Amino acid sequence: MSSRAAWRLEGLGFERVYDYVPGKADWSASGLPTEGTLARVPTIGDAARQDVPTCALEEKISDARDRIRAAGWDACVVVNKERVVLGLLREKELASDAKATAEEVMRNGPATFRPDEPLEKMAKRMRERGARTVLVTTSDGRLVGLVYREDAKHLAGVPT
Amino acid sequence: MPHSIARAEVQRLLEQGAQLVEVLPRWEYEEEHLPGAINIPLKELDRETTAQLKRDAPVIVYCHDYQ
Repeated sequence: MSSRAAWRLEGLGFERVYDYVPGKADWSASGLPTEGTLARVPTIGDAARQDVPTCALEEKISDARDRIRAAGWDACVVVNKERVVLGLLREKELASDAKATAEEVMRNGPATFRPDEPLEKMAKRMRERGARTVLVTTSDGRLVGLVYREDAKHLAGVPT
Repeated sequence: MPHSIARAEVQRLLEQGAQLVEVLPRWEYEEEHLPGAINIPLKELDRETTAQLKRDAPVIVYCHDYQ
């Protein structure tokens, strides 16, 4: 539809016309702000803690553990240089072999969700499944943050 | 010929004063649209409705996705 509109605008004499083909779905899924009646609904992007620690595949567990615990966290997201999510380290992995690398002990390919998922729906889902956290990424896999169930409950106003 | 662009280019053009036009029906625009976008549904796109657009600034059109 936008392609036809772009061509029509050119036909009407506009000289610098651009077609954002991936459109609203892409914009919204990347966690960027929107306006409108539905834009007021809290999403998991609003609840995601963006300062969640990250580490590289080759980082030693001993190094990651010290850094993460010193910062008061209990989880670490394994990412590449483009911040694409590759794995997750939770308490169990962080307490494993100190000489191992993140790649050797991480939870591979953790489930991720897009930032535009309604928060209330996710809070209920987390409660039903007993999930303490969920990872949030853009549609191209880049880390947005980590949502804790307590945060989701608080922001969405639902019981856990 | 209109240029197809990705999100990063949209953001760069907006910083330079580009105009955003959502061409979906009004009800879809009212539910959710990109910040600062105006709505001219495709069916209403003509000389009269586009008179509000500046001709000396880029115009970016979009809909929901690859429709």
